[in-house]
Amino acid sequence: MAVIDYDRAPEFATAGYDSPAASRLHALWETKPGLIGWLSTVDHKELGVRYLVTAFAFLLLGGLEALVMRLQLAQPNEHLLTPEQYNQIFSMHGITMIFLYAQPILSGFSIYLFPLILGTRDMAFPRLNAFSYWAYLAAGLFMYASFLIGAAPNDGWFNYAPYALKQFNPNPNMDFYALGMILLGVSTTAGAANFLVTFLRLRAPGMSINRVPILAWGTTTTSVGILLSVPAVSLAFFLLWLDRQFGTHFYNPDGQGQPLLWQHLFWMFAHPWVYIIVLPAMGIVSDALPIFCRRPLVGYTVVVLATIATMVLGFGVWLHHMFATGLPFLALSFFSGASFIITVPSAVAVFAWIATIWTGRPVFTTAFLYFAGFVSMFVIGGVSGVMTAAVPADRQLTDTYFVVAHIHYVLIGINLFPVLGGLHVWFPKMTGRMLSERLGRWSFWTVFAGFNMAFLPMHWTGLAGMPRRIYTYPEGMGWDTVNLITTIGAFVLAAGILIFLANIALSRRNGRFAGPNPWDGPTLEWSTPSPPPPYNFPVIPAVASRHPLWEDRLDEGLGRSSIRRGVVLDHGKEALATSTLDGEPDAILKMPEDSLSPLVATIVMTAAFAGLLLHWWMFAGAYAALLLAATIVWLWPERELGQRAEASHG
Amino acid sequence: MADVTDLERLPIGSIGHRASGWWGMLAVIMTEGALFSYLLFSYYYFAVQYGREFLPPHLPKLHLSVPNTALLLLSSVAVWWAEQGAKLGDRRRLALGLAAALIMGVGFVAIQALEWSEQSFTIASSSYGSLFFTITGFHMAHVIAGDIVLAVLLLWTLLGYFDARRNAAVSIGAIYWHFVDAVWLTLFFTFYVTPRLS
Repeated sequence: MAVIDYDRAPEFATAGYDSPAASRLHALWETKPGLIGWLSTVDHKELGVRYLVTAFAFLLLGGLEALVMRLQLAQPNEHLLTPEQYNQIFSMHGITMIFLYAQPILSGFSIYLFPLILGTRDMAFPRLNAFSYWAYLAAGLFMYASFLIGAAPNDGWFNYAPYALKQFNPNPNMDFYALGMILLGVSTTAGAANFLVTFLRLRAPGMSINRVPILAWGTTTTSVGILLSVPAVSLAFFLLWLDRQFGTHFYNPDGQGQPLLWQHLFWMFAHPWVYIIVLPAMGIVSDALPIFCRRPLVGYTVVVLATIATMVLGFGVWLHHMFATGLPFLALSFFSGASFIITVPSAVAVFAWIATIWTGRPVFTTAFLYFAGFVSMFVIGGVSGVMTAAVPADRQLTDTYFVVAHIHYVLIGINLFPVLGGLHVWFPKMTGRMLSERLGRWSFWTVFAGFNMAFLPMHWTGLAGMPRRIYTYPEGMGWDTVNLITTIGAFVLAAGILIFLANIALSRRNGRFAGPNPWDGPTLEWSTPSPPPPYNFPVIPAVASRHPLWEDRLDEGLGRSSIRRGVVLDHGKEALATSTLDGEPDAILKMPEDSLSPLVATIVMTAAFAGLLLHWWMFAGAYAALLLAATIVWLWPERELGQRAEASHG
Repeated sequence: MADVTDLERLPIGSIGHRASGWWGMLAVIMTEGALFSYLLFSYYYFAVQYGREFLPPHLPKLHLSVPNTALLLLSSVAVWWAEQGAKLGDRRRLALGLAAALIMGVGFVAIQALEWSEQSFTIASSSYGSLFFTITGFHMAHVIAGDIVLAVLLLWTLLGYFDARRNAAVSIGAIYWHFVDAVWLTLFFTFYVTPRLS
């Protein structure tokens, strides 16, 4: 359907999910069946679930790597792994968990939920959304391909120079990592731009900036963080690759290079990244915990401000990873101070959650247990963070297992726990079936016990002086028992994850039917059927408060949200653009059809990167040219999208 | 909001700054701006670490870079003139402006290549050389990307895709081009002005 008119007044109607309007929309938005449909879909719900499944698969891979390491470390003088194998496995464990699991799984939640909680029909750039998924998958496979030739990255996830340089590391291990991270950066950046524009432009009318669910705030804040920080790491890896391939002198001490430049560029990215992989998870808790406390979140505004403040401050603390590198005293003082200050906004959020539980009427579902567990783990991880923020303490603790314990409390506590809780909350929305609460409790308590058994003693391991990243250790250092306990705990944790997987497998087929709103949640996604139809909403809802489905009980504002009556938008695939602050209707957006362009662009881009890896320069150049051509085809103005002049308008 | 029953006419599809692509380009500029900030951070980090001995004996000269800077700024004016033409529905002016900017953009790349060949250092001779060629190389890649954007916009103009209201792609390409020019000013200041200040 061509766009003959340049403007029109959108029609209003009352329509439910079984109305004729809804079946028209279904035909417009539905993905075609078959393989081509599967490969070309741009439906955010399909892509969100793919993100979640892929990221969870990487979690399992990274978990298996951890178990192998724990077997090696269970007792002194073990020989299960060679030192080189151990280096590759601990490096890939970190890379997998931090880059291929922790952020993508949160993207999965947000891609699935953004249009549903914001009351629109898709993301701002649906094809870019598919591209960011395919590119993520390609980057993950690219980095894992290194195992096939026994040359996985072996310098830890933060990959310090000069050990990562060619003279110390002549095989392609680091090239896989460097090029793979640049590829992943493309995916992450595309995703971030998409979240940001969706948040700014595609919220339902009436959803002014102070009525947006916190999950959207968390993801949008981190998207800005991604746009500003990911270039640092892509650049760091690109310069590393130049040093390795073309003899430049960035990190090489010869020729007036400087190994510390790597640490600066890397941590300028990686410290904000720590917040990027937790703030959306905190958003999950801020939105979902109140459902199980039967009351709105305490302190919506301060939690939003704390989220933003954490991200901003997160850009000013990177040096605390470098306290032991001989920096000037003034720099140490400043960054130590900043690292203490950043605990303040985090503490604000913690008190908001505690107050929500305290003043609410908690319902002890599995999801609630995970969220409550998250709060307590966050406190422990936060306190050990404060300890390492102090320069003298950090100089004692750095590069010991204390830091390993800290990062696991932070990342498992603030990322994995909310993710598992969030899956319990939204699995019914995605599949239409409830997870088993019985298996859920079993999995929670097993995960919780295993996790604490593995990582609480690890603080002691570090205080007892055991350095991280050694492949084995001699007897009689006082490290034997704690290491064995940690190994047993790791296997208990893994058993908990297995119970969770069993729950997913069983409940997908046999779970209780969920209905649209099994938890009696307040936000717009709970007004849709489970699973939601391809077009999400038959009419674009109009929003009058933060809790559109709880208005009758809360009596927050003057008006009432209107969910079944609103703008229809059925002249082709359309969405409503609204103004950024107030959510006033601003334009009718034409949304693209399913397309193979994102997949094709990913394939030629990955081929070009493979060419760079193998030094097939002509091959890489040819595929770069193809990528350019694919991009021009993708962006070619289409009449259906209202991008071309119509003859009648001269 | 809930009691709103009729709306004014709303634009459909890609219209000016209401197009999603415009907002997307602002996000691109944000992340690219960050990229160049990190590149310049690297330069100044080395400059602080090593002081004057960091600089090569023969600094990059001004006889090509100054006219080239002027050329790039002039191309921005041409793009602005073209975009104003697009908003008036003047396709001839749009095409002329884009073509002029494209010629100047390609000229910038050619002069910059000449400038590269004149340097006394190479990318592998020292960290200064590595930084000079990498940073100006990043910028050159952006100018080439901009040239391709201008060429494609010119093609689309000649195909009659744009009129007074449907021209979001022109604005999106134009803001990118202005950004690339602004970045050049920071690079010019860094490589050609700061070493001469002391």
